[in-house]
Amino acid sequence: MVATTHPLSGSQTSIAFSVNGKSVSAAVSPVERLSKVLRDRLGLTGTKVGCDAGDCGACTVLLDGEPICSCLVAAGQIEGHEITTVEGLATRAPIYDQLQKSFLRHGAAQCGACTPGMLVSATALLERCVAPTEDAVMDAIGGVLCRCTGYRKIITAIQDACSGKIAEPSPLAGNAVGSRLVRLDGQSKVDGAEIFGADEIPAGALVVRAIRSPYQRARFRFGDLDAFVAAHPGIRRVLTAKDVPGENRYGVIPRFADQPVFAEVEARFRGEAVAAVVGEAEAIDALDYASFPVAWQDLPALTTIAAALAPDAERIHPKRENNVLVRGRVVHGDVEKALAEADVVVEDEYESGFIEHAYIEPEAGFARRVNDRIEIQACTQAPYMDRADIAQILGIPPEAVRIIPTAVGGGFGSKLDLSVQPFVALAAWLLRQPVRMVYSRSESIVSTTKRHPSHIRVRVGASRDGKLTAMDFTADFNTGAYSSWGPTVAARVPVHASGPYYVPHYRALTRAVHTHLVPAGAFRGFGVPQTAIAQEQLYDDLADRLGIDRLEFRIMNALDDQTPTVTGQVLGEGVGIRACFEALRPRWRAARAEAAAFNAKASGPVRHGVGVAGMWYGCGNTSLPNPSTIRVGLKANGRIALHQGAVDIGQGSNTIVTQICADALGAPIDRFDLISGDTSITPDCGKTSASRQTFVTGKAAYMAGIELRRAILRLADACECAVIGFADGTVTVRKDGKQRTMSLRDLPLDKNGYVLTGEATFDPPTNPLDENGQGTPYAVFGFGAHLAEVAVDTELGTVRVLKITAAHDVGRAINPTLIEGQIEGGAAQGLGMALMEEFFPGKGENLHDYLIPSAGDMPPVESILIEVPSSIGPFGAKGIGEQAVIPTAPAILNAIHDAIGVRIRRVPATPDRIRAALVAPASRRPDGRAGCPPDSLPDADATIRPEEKHA
Amino acid sequence: MYSRPKTLDAAVHVLAQGGGQILSGGTDFFPALGDRPAPDRVIDISGITEIKGIAVEADHIRIGGLTTWSQLVTTLLPRCFDGLKSAAREIGGIQIQNRGTVAGNLCNASPAADSVPPLLTLDAEVELVSAVGTRRVSLADFIVGNRKTVRRPDEILANVIVPRTFDDAASAFLKLGARRYLVISIVMVAAVVKTDNAGRVTDARIAVGSCSAVARRLTLLERALVGVPARNGLGTTTLTEHLAQLSPIDDVRATATYRNDAALTLVGRVLEACAGSC
Repeated sequence: MVATTHPLSGSQTSIAFSVNGKSVSAAVSPVERLSKVLRDRLGLTGTKVGCDAGDCGACTVLLDGEPICSCLVAAGQIEGHEITTVEGLATRAPIYDQLQKSFLRHGAAQCGACTPGMLVSATALLERCVAPTEDAVMDAIGGVLCRCTGYRKIITAIQDACSGKIAEPSPLAGNAVGSRLVRLDGQSKVDGAEIFGADEIPAGALVVRAIRSPYQRARFRFGDLDAFVAAHPGIRRVLTAKDVPGENRYGVIPRFADQPVFAEVEARFRGEAVAAVVGEAEAIDALDYASFPVAWQDLPALTTIAAALAPDAERIHPKRENNVLVRGRVVHGDVEKALAEADVVVEDEYESGFIEHAYIEPEAGFARRVNDRIEIQACTQAPYMDRADIAQILGIPPEAVRIIPTAVGGGFGSKLDLSVQPFVALAAWLLRQPVRMVYSRSESIVSTTKRHPSHIRVRVGASRDGKLTAMDFTADFNTGAYSSWGPTVAARVPVHASGPYYVPHYRALTRAVHTHLVPAGAFRGFGVPQTAIAQEQLYDDLADRLGIDRLEFRIMNALDDQTPTVTGQVLGEGVGIRACFEALRPRWRAARAEAAAFNAKASGPVRHGVGVAGMWYGCGNTSLPNPSTIRVGLKANGRIALHQGAVDIGQGSNTIVTQICADALGAPIDRFDLISGDTSITPDCGKTSASRQTFVTGKAAYMAGIELRRAILRLADACECAVIGFADGTVTVRKDGKQRTMSLRDLPLDKNGYVLTGEATFDPPTNPLDENGQGTPYAVFGFGAHLAEVAVDTELGTVRVLKITAAHDVGRAINPTLIEGQIEGGAAQGLGMALMEEFFPGKGENLHDYLIPSAGDMPPVESILIEVPSSIGPFGAKGIGEQAVIPTAPAILNAIHDAIGVRIRRVPATPDRIRAALVAPASRRPDGRAGCPPDSLPDADATIRPEEKHA
Repeated sequence: MYSRPKTLDAAVHVLAQGGGQILSGGTDFFPALGDRPAPDRVIDISGITEIKGIAVEADHIRIGGLTTWSQLVTTLLPRCFDGLKSAAREIGGIQIQNRGTVAGNLCNASPAADSVPPLLTLDAEVELVSAVGTRRVSLADFIVGNRKTVRRPDEILANVIVPRTFDDAASAFLKLGARRYLVISIVMVAAVVKTDNAGRVTDARIAVGSCSAVARRLTLLERALVGVPARNGLGTTTLTEHLAQLSPIDDVRATATYRNDAALTLVGRVLEACAGSC
């Protein structure tokens, strides 16, 4: 045979190959991607598709034993070859078995979306070498991106796979809290069985694809849509704004809801949907979208904060004057007077751009209509919020909407907002057939929310003895075309801009400003990471001007239990920031000495530097209710059903919430059966955001566990101090050597179908802020500080982060492994923010132009867990999710300044920016050090020279 | 129509009969496709074994166009190929190196194609085969612009030919990007430096990528290096004016100013690396 030739269009051919040791034959198009063949034709959905471009490595499989991206291989190329997917790694025992267990033991899988690619890549490595070096591991997994873990636990898990170590046994009843329990949903993440948004295809499902604006701002007019449908067999319907039966409007904060499912007259950002095409999968795949009948009129767009605020700027939303969505304000004391009286004042401006969440799982899901109800199975961080919005869009009651959250392959805030849900819901509702949708990577990047670009101006004053006296802070955030979480960013930032320090005179004013760009929304920290970049760099400048050690300056000013915050709140307990800074002191001193010694000897272009930054972050909504309800039921068979509605997006809420509930109840972990956040069976645990799940849902789980325990004790007529033993079909209550065993099978069931139910709701006690932002915005704050050590190549402007030491006050470490995972993953995102991440709408809408850290960019992270309990949290626990990302970027920027004397005020600190700052004479201070522009320097009289201070 | 010929001859005949999009490693084909349907005619040349692998002949080394980067890295080659091997290890991640081919990298003709600067320093030629014959073009003449080559639609880049005139020359490659793996270079430089018995440079070839639409040899610098002792300090021979042939642009990765600046530094360093191994 000289050649195999197949007609291509619409035709399929039978390809025979081996997959996971079995011979298969699939009828496919020969140019179909192998990833699609595996997932859609063979049902091997363990292989994840993250980008379809070889940029993320999630779809890695073995082709004749070698790792390759299955999205880059044509079906015709595998005829006669052997493919191994994550599902088939079990055939590669014993290495794979050890590797799986090592991943679980080390917490190397968080959301699990990159995990199959990591496992496949690691297996290929370990089959050649059972004790690989760190460099060999990095080379092996360098082609697989992870957004959750920060890679270090993955690297350790691979290196440790063949060590023969085993996990600690499951903790005994009452000892779950504080143990390094392997995540309860871990097994399905390491064997490919986990179901993410794109992993289930209902029989007969149609596919919907959105038609999106190619312009930042455009008017549009449709051609003959009926003719388009008629001309394309298999295409069933085109949907536009006219097809929305309810309100063509949604938004995460109902008062500000402004985003249409489909733009009506004008698209307000590049990537906004104006229509959607529904059809059979093959027809949708074959469609040339350039032929869709729509005419665009490209209109002048407002793309910067300054342009949108200009007095003559057109309004993007008619009722929002000056294009300001909302303002935030916190004022305490007399800031002008205090700054005038301060011994030293420093000031500067800082900027940041859009940052993409870049979770490895693009948005996906499906909907089906069941009579007059709609069911949506999709990846989401907020099932009940989705339910409310979909009900409004379809014009049906919320009870007629069922949201079934899948495993979420990373969220970080963006999956709080709707993505595929309105499209699949509307299509399934109207066509009465299941409809699915999977975003492509570029679709995910252009259309979903981003971190807010910021423009921040700060002045800070201090007294000669090093005490902060005043801060004047203003910030504008580019919130894009629609409101999303803009109001939350504008409200949260002024509460946090002081950092975790006592600042007696304070004024923080913020604005969220609309532009014709992709909506900015929630991204791990709601504006606080941007703010920390400004505040923590300026505090370094202030410490330098005062001649005080930068860490000691922070310790001197750290909040304590009795000092009021900038909103006048006195926390009274649980303020662990000073302990965090003090925990860093030994490494700070050693690292500073090491860097100084290195630099003194350095003859080459590399200089070392050390930086520190602090952080505080309120857990839960800002002065707004955000209750969680947990239901836990004792089943007749003696098992315990935990309705765990806090969506686990990889951070570990399935495990943490169970650990808390188990200890409150006094039951062993392995008694628990987890019930998902399906809105038809599980009460509302609110959204997975604002670092609230450990604290708020955890507290509800604690209370529900206590309630169930009391119910059991009541039933046994025993006192509070009795011990409950759980067994199959029975519970036994013991007290003072006496015991009573009750058979559960004989007892009646309650309305939930359980013998006994504990159900509790917790809403953190806060109160509304007054017109000056004074009050109690949060019941609990998490605190932390990071220390970064860097090497800067002064000739190239490149930065290598050598080590991060992270101290976090978590109140109580419910699961140290999972907390370390949050810290390391947060540090990786902070490193990305500091050094490489910026999204430019219209450019680089993919994962090779938009860079997130790869395995080789992450240094070792040493986590120091501080436990200063907050009595209101479950077992004293506080949040950690967002806290972890906030101090990394400013610590790195401060380390860069320490190394080479230049301040980078516009992140990311890319090599070209660093190099430009190094060579630009204007960036140098009169004293020869680079830094503030000269015009921002206060009068010379006010400047205290280091030698005066320490004379 | 999809066809997967098993021989070069069959492939060029399919191409001659109506052209088509050539597919092999897929590392550029599929990303360029995105979520659009595949082109109407696809000629999958990945099954042609005769142009896979590397042959070391008496006066030249022939790199089959379908040789993957992983294959190249594991092939024993003269030290003047060290730079090319370094470049191969920096292409994407291991997944991409296992599939991406030499011919694909050249025909895709990205200004940031990692293999182009080292192959330019090796004075490589490409062999283009069609149904009407075979022609050889120097790599410098093959790529003529951003994603533009002189390959006719009926031709296949079958082989890359490297003359064995500097087997023992030192060679090096440096790639600068904003992250460690899976990165498109901001600047990359390759060099091959040949010395005489006295340790003086007799022949130097330096090429810079990502700083012009097509990677460029720095001929002014190459001339200036002849006769210079190949030892520490060789890199200081480099002057700004030696980079006159570069014409970098501003893009999302870096500014043009920075690219010029970094190219100067990296050229110096790549020469130092060569001097260090002379």
